[in-house]
Amino acid sequence: MLARTADNLFWLARSMERADYIARTIEATLRLEYLPKTEGEKTGEWEGALNAAGAYDSYIAEHGELDEEGAVEYLTFDRTNPSSICNCLENARTAGRAVRTALTAETWTAINDAWLELKRFEASHRFSRPMDRVALTRFLDYVKKASLDFDGSCYRTMLRNDAYWFNRLGVFIERADNTARLLDVKYHLLLPSTESVGGSLDYFQWVAVLRAVSAATAYHWVYRDRVKPWLIADLLILKRAMPRSLISCYETIDRSLDSLARDDGRSGIAQRQARAMHAKLERASMTQIFQGGLHEFITAFIEDNARLSSTISEQYLFT
Amino acid sequence: MRIRISHEITHRFEPPARMLIQNLRLTPHGFDSQYVLSWRIELDMDSALKQSEDAHGNLVTTFSHHGAPVERLAVRAAGEIETSDSAGVVRGTVERMPAEMYLRESPLAHINGALRAFTIDSTAGAEDPLDAMHRLMSEVHRVMSFDPYQTDDPDSAAEAFALRRGRARDFAHIFIACARFRDVPARFVNGYRAAEEAGGEAGAHCWAEAHVPTLGWVAFDPTTCICADTHYVRVAVGFDARDGSFFRAANGMGGDAVESVIRVDQAGYQTQA
Amino acid sequence: MAGVQAFDEMGRTGERTRALYGKVAHWLKETPPELLASRRAQAEYMFRRIGITFGVYGDKDAAERLIPFDIVPRLISRAEWRKLEAGLTQRVRALNLFLTDVYGDRKILKESIIPAELILRNPFYRPEMIGRRAPHDIWVHIAGIDIVRVDDEEFYVLEDNARTPSGVSYMLENREVTMRLLPDLFARHKVAPVDDYPDELLACLRSVAPRHDRGEATIVILTPGLYNSAYYEHSFLADKLGVELVEGRDLFVEDDQVFMRTTLGPRRVDVIYRRVDDEFLDPMVFNPESVLGVPGLIGAYLAGNVTIANAIGTGVADDKAIYSYVPDLIRFYLSEEPLLKNVPTTRCREPDGLKYVLERLDELVVKEVNGSGGYGMLVGPHASAAQREQFAAKIKADPANYIAQPTLALSTCPSSFEAGVAPRHVDLRPFILSGADAVRIVPGGLTRVALKEGSLVVNSSQGGGTKDTWVVDDFEDEA
Repeated sequence: MLARTADNLFWLARSMERADYIARTIEATLRLEYLPKTEGEKTGEWEGALNAAGAYDSYIAEHGELDEEGAVEYLTFDRTNPSSICNCLENARTAGRAVRTALTAETWTAINDAWLELKRFEASHRFSRPMDRVALTRFLDYVKKASLDFDGSCYRTMLRNDAYWFNRLGVFIERADNTARLLDVKYHLLLPSTESVGGSLDYFQWVAVLRAVSAATAYHWVYRDRVKPWLIADLLILKRAMPRSLISCYETIDRSLDSLARDDGRSGIAQRQARAMHAKLERASMTQIFQGGLHEFITAFIEDNARLSSTISEQYLFT
Repeated sequence: MRIRISHEITHRFEPPARMLIQNLRLTPHGFDSQYVLSWRIELDMDSALKQSEDAHGNLVTTFSHHGAPVERLAVRAAGEIETSDSAGVVRGTVERMPAEMYLRESPLAHINGALRAFTIDSTAGAEDPLDAMHRLMSEVHRVMSFDPYQTDDPDSAAEAFALRRGRARDFAHIFIACARFRDVPARFVNGYRAAEEAGGEAGAHCWAEAHVPTLGWVAFDPTTCICADTHYVRVAVGFDARDGSFFRAANGMGGDAVESVIRVDQAGYQTQA
Repeated sequence: MAGVQAFDEMGRTGERTRALYGKVAHWLKETPPELLASRRAQAEYMFRRIGITFGVYGDKDAAERLIPFDIVPRLISRAEWRKLEAGLTQRVRALNLFLTDVYGDRKILKESIIPAELILRNPFYRPEMIGRRAPHDIWVHIAGIDIVRVDDEEFYVLEDNARTPSGVSYMLENREVTMRLLPDLFARHKVAPVDDYPDELLACLRSVAPRHDRGEATIVILTPGLYNSAYYEHSFLADKLGVELVEGRDLFVEDDQVFMRTTLGPRRVDVIYRRVDDEFLDPMVFNPESVLGVPGLIGAYLAGNVTIANAIGTGVADDKAIYSYVPDLIRFYLSEEPLLKNVPTTRCREPDGLKYVLERLDELVVKEVNGSGGYGMLVGPHASAAQREQFAAKIKADPANYIAQPTLALSTCPSSFEAGVAPRHVDLRPFILSGADAVRIVPGGLTRVALKEGSLVVNSSQGGGTKDTWVVDDFEDEA
C-alpha cells in the first residue's frame, strides 16, 4: 500500500483512541469532584488529568492559572491544544478522507458521523459556555461511543490486510501510551502501603484510575479482593486478561507486526523491537518492578513505546 | 575565435537530499557559425546521464538519483568552441517548431501597457522588421541600466522595465516581450560570452533572437547593444529564461544552495601562467 | 427570459404529456407533497453520509457543500440515445485525429481549415508534444461533451471537455440514491444500467498501458489532494476501479520510469489517470512552482514508459474557439457530415463577428475562450446595462478571447421543490471513453439542472444541481 496511506491509517487510529482516552480521563476526574475536598485538592485533580493527557505544560504556558473550567475547555474544544478531543476527531476525519479507499464504507461512516456530530456540539458550545455538567456528560458519552463505533467497525468489517494491521498498531500503541501515562500520574498512589483501605480519600483515587480504563468491575473479577493499589498496577501492566494492560496491548502489537511481516514476506527492526518489549513484559513481576521503581519502569516504557512508533514510521517509509 | 569554457555548478542540499533529478541544458549545439571542438559533462556522482532533445531543439542531459542522502553535488561542463562571424545571423540550427510559435506569451516576458507604449515609440518609422529590431535593441539599451548586483531582482520584463534596471536576462526579456508585441517572433538565448579584451568581463550571459523575413533568426543583445558576434557561445534557447536555463532541478522540497564557477577564455588569451 | 417558452421534456401542465414521461407524470401527480419532501430530505441525508461533498473555490466557509440533487429523474428514450451515441463517437474520433494531426503534420493548418494562430499561439498547445505521438494515437481517453436540446428534434453540443472532465461520480451516486429512494418508479421503467462505468474505464486505461502484458499494468489515479473541489470523485473512482489514489508526492521518477512509494518500497507505475492539469504535472517542464506534480514525469512519458490519460496537450482541442470549428474538423478528418450540430457560434476574433456581438450583447451569451465552470461568462438578457458595458470593454480589449452564442432556451425538466414541482433548465454531460480497442459510452450521463427559477447556469460551482439520467428502453422514437 502507499506509504502515505499507511501513515494516515496509523495516525487516524491513534487519534480516535486518544479522543476516547481523554474523554474517560475527564469523566473520571469529574467523579472525584463529588467528594468533599479543598480547592487545592480540586486543582490537584485537574493537574493530574492534564498530565495524564500530556497537556499540562502547554496549558500552563498558555493560561497560567489552572481551574476546572479552563482545564475542561482545554481538553475538549480548544483548537490550540493539538490533543484536544475536537482536534483528535478533526484530524481523524481529515486522515480518513485522505485514505477513504483504504477504509470500508462502515468505517468511513463511523468517522464521518462522529465528525458531523462534533460540528453540532461545537455549534451549540459556542452559544453556551461554560458547558454545564449535563451537556458535558452527553458530549463525553458521544465521544466514547464514536470511538467504540470506529474501533468496532474496523474490527468487524475490515479485511485482514495491511490496512487492518496498521490500524491495530495505531490503536494499541496509543492505548499503551495512554495507560502508561495514567499509571505514571497516579503512581504514587499505587505503591504498597500499610494504610488500611477504606479510611482514606485515596480509595476513590484508585477507583477513578480503574474507571478511566473501564476496569472497575474487571478488577474484582481478577482479584476477588478489595481494591489494593499495588494490585491495580499489576492489573494494568501485567495481566493479559485486562484489555488495556500494557502486556495485552503488546500482545496485539506484536501479532500485528508479525502479520504485516508475513503478508509482506519481510521482517525488520520494528518486529524485533516489539517482540523484545513483549518478552520483557512477559518476564516481569510486580515485585521486580516495585524494587526497581514503578515510576522508572513506566518512564522507560513510555520512551520505548514512542521509539517503536518511530521505528514503524521509518520501516514502512511514512513520509 | 576559439573559446574555452569551464562551468562548474555545486549544489549543497540542506537537509541532504534523498531524491534528485536534474535536466541540464549545458551542451552547445553546432550550427553554421559555431563549431563544437570538444565538450564534456561530468558529475561527481554515479548516475547514468541520459541525452535527449527538448521542444526547442536544445540538447538536454538528464540524471536522477534515489536513495542514500546526498549533501553535495558537483556538475561540471567543459569544452572548446570555435565561432565564426555571421553578423548575428543564426543559421543551421535545429528548429523543431515553426517560428510563429515564438510569438506566444510567456510568463517572464509578458507584455503590459508601459511596454506596449515603449515598443510603439521605439520602433516608430522602422522600415522593416529588421530595422525595427535594431531600433528596439538600441532603445532598450538606452533606457535600461545594467545592474546585475541588486538583491531585489525583478522577476519579469514588466517589473524590470518599471525599475529601469536589471540583469542581462531582464534586458533580454524586455526585448522579447516588445518584439512579440510587434509581431516579430522572439526567443531567449542562454550561453556564454568571452571578454572583449584581456582581463575584461566574461562568463555566462543571455540575449535574444528575433525572426525576421529573408534572414531568419538574428541574435540581438540589448545589454551590449550589438548583434551576437564571435565572442558569443550559444547554448540553449527558450520562450524565456525558464525553459532556456542551464539547469532545472528538483530534490524533494529540501533547500538547494547553488554556486557556479564559470571560466570563459579565448584560447590565445592566457589569464594565468 | 421574456417571451420564449422553453421545450419541456415532460410536457407542461395543460399540454399533452410526452409518452416517455407518462409514468413519471402520473407519479408526480399522485404523490403527496409531504412524501416528496421526505424523499428530498432522505436524499440529502444519504449524500451527506456518503460524504459526497465538494469545495467551492474562494469560499472558506463553504468548505463542504453538497451539490444539490433533484429527485425527479430525467428521461431519454433509447432511440434518442442511439442518435446521441453515434454523434458523440464521431465527434471524439475527430478530436483525436485532430490532436494527432496538430502535433504531427499540421495538415489542417496547411490546408487553412483553421487559422494557424489558434493553434500556434494557444497556451494549451504544448511544444513538448510537437512531433510526438500519443500511445495508440489516443489523446482524449475520457471526454465529457456537454449536450443541450431546445426541442424534441435535435441535440446540440454546447461544449467539449477534453482535459479532466468531472462529474461521473455524481452520475453513479445519483443512480444509487434514486434506486433506493424511488424503487417503485424505477422498477416501472426499463432503465439502462450505468454501474459498469468503472469497469469500462478500467478496461480503457488498461488497453493503453505501455507494456505488452497489459493485464498486469499498474494503474493509478493522480489527484491534487484533499482540498481540490473534485476530490470526492477522485477517491470514489479509485475505490471503484480498485486502483491506488496518489498525490504527486507519492510518486517519483528514476531513469525515466515512474514509481510509487509503497510500504514495501518503490513499485513501478504504468498508467496514470491524472486529474491534475498539464501546467502542474511536472515542475521540471511546466510550472516550476507546482508541488502537485512529479519531477521528471514528462521525461518518462516522452520515453514511452508511462501512459498519461488524458494525454498532455489535449487542452488545444477543448477551448471554445476550436469548438466553433469542430464541425469542420469532422468533415476534414472523417469526410462525414457531423451527426451532432454545434450551437451557432460567433467568433469575436473576426472583425465582423466582433461587430455583430457588440451590437447584440443584450441577446447573446458571451464566453471566454479559455474559461470554465461558468466563470468569465456574460448572459446578456440577464445582465444589467452596467454589466454589459463592463463586459463590452473586456471584449474590445481582447477580442480573440471571446465567442458568443444565442441565448438558448434550454429544455426544461420537472424538478421538486418545497413550493411544488416546477420546470427547470437542464443539460447533459455524457462521458465517452476511448481505449485502444473500442469507444465506450455508458448510457445517460450527468444531467445538470439550473435550480434557480429562470436561470440558465447549470454549473455546480455556481449553484446548479444534478439529476439522475434514465435511458429508458420501452419507447419508440417519440419525435
